[in-house]
Amino acid sequence: MARAIVTVPPGVPRGEVFEVRAIIAHPMETGFRPGSDGRRLPRDVLRRFTCRYDGATVFAADLYPAIAANPYLAFHVLATASGPMTFTWEGDNGFAQTETAAIVVT
Amino acid sequence: MLVVAVRPASAAAEDLATAIRNWTGGASVTPGRVRLDIARLVDNGNAVPLSVGVDSPMTAADHVVAVAIFNEKNPERDVARFHFGPRSGRAAASTRIRLATSQNLVAIARMSDGSHWSATVDVLVTLAACVEGDS
Repeated sequence: MARAIVTVPPGVPRGEVFEVRAIIAHPMETGFRPGSDGRRLPRDVLRRFTCRYDGATVFAADLYPAIAANPYLAFHVLATASGPMTFTWEGDNGFAQTETAAIVVT
Repeated sequence: MLVVAVRPASAAAEDLATAIRNWTGGASVTPGRVRLDIARLVDNGNAVPLSVGVDSPMTAADHVVAVAIFNEKNPERDVARFHFGPRSGRAAASTRIRLATSQNLVAIARMSDGSHWSATVDVLVTLAACVEGDS
């Protein structure tokens, strides 16, 4: 499991737009860099990030090797209901990880 | 008769135009409504903060569907694609990207009505990313 941190506000009024930030430890190896032996390091990148909340995908991102190591994403979500928000990262070599955060709508 | 062949300014620019056309499906792209925030002078291309925002009410009838970011001179033209919906509340996202050299970056927003809008930024990079060895 890669280390991942997601930040959501502690409580949001219904109908407000709030910011979500997510970062995950991942090398995002591009497949273009030579290693210490002079051969190219094989590509290993995260390709897809998905944020689901209240029964729908509210934000998603397709990532490419041009995204820096330890991908950081900040985006916005409309507060509709209290409940879990799930964050999924998927990538090369079968990488898949899901994190959850509780959203409290007041 | 004088025949002048019209050629793009560079192969990289043509590559970029092809990548954009593949994403828009050949639809016309109008400059405007998109804000692409990135430092104009980049010291280190390994992690460059980038923000993109689109001017949109983000209602069910009128919202931003996606924003794609392209570069001109990295090994691959794609940087990232963000997918939004009315539940996103605001069509804005931030991340950190790699830049291999000084180049143009283009952000293209696809609206729910099918129109495309763009913003272009020219960045100067002093330390490159991506293609340098493991040292």
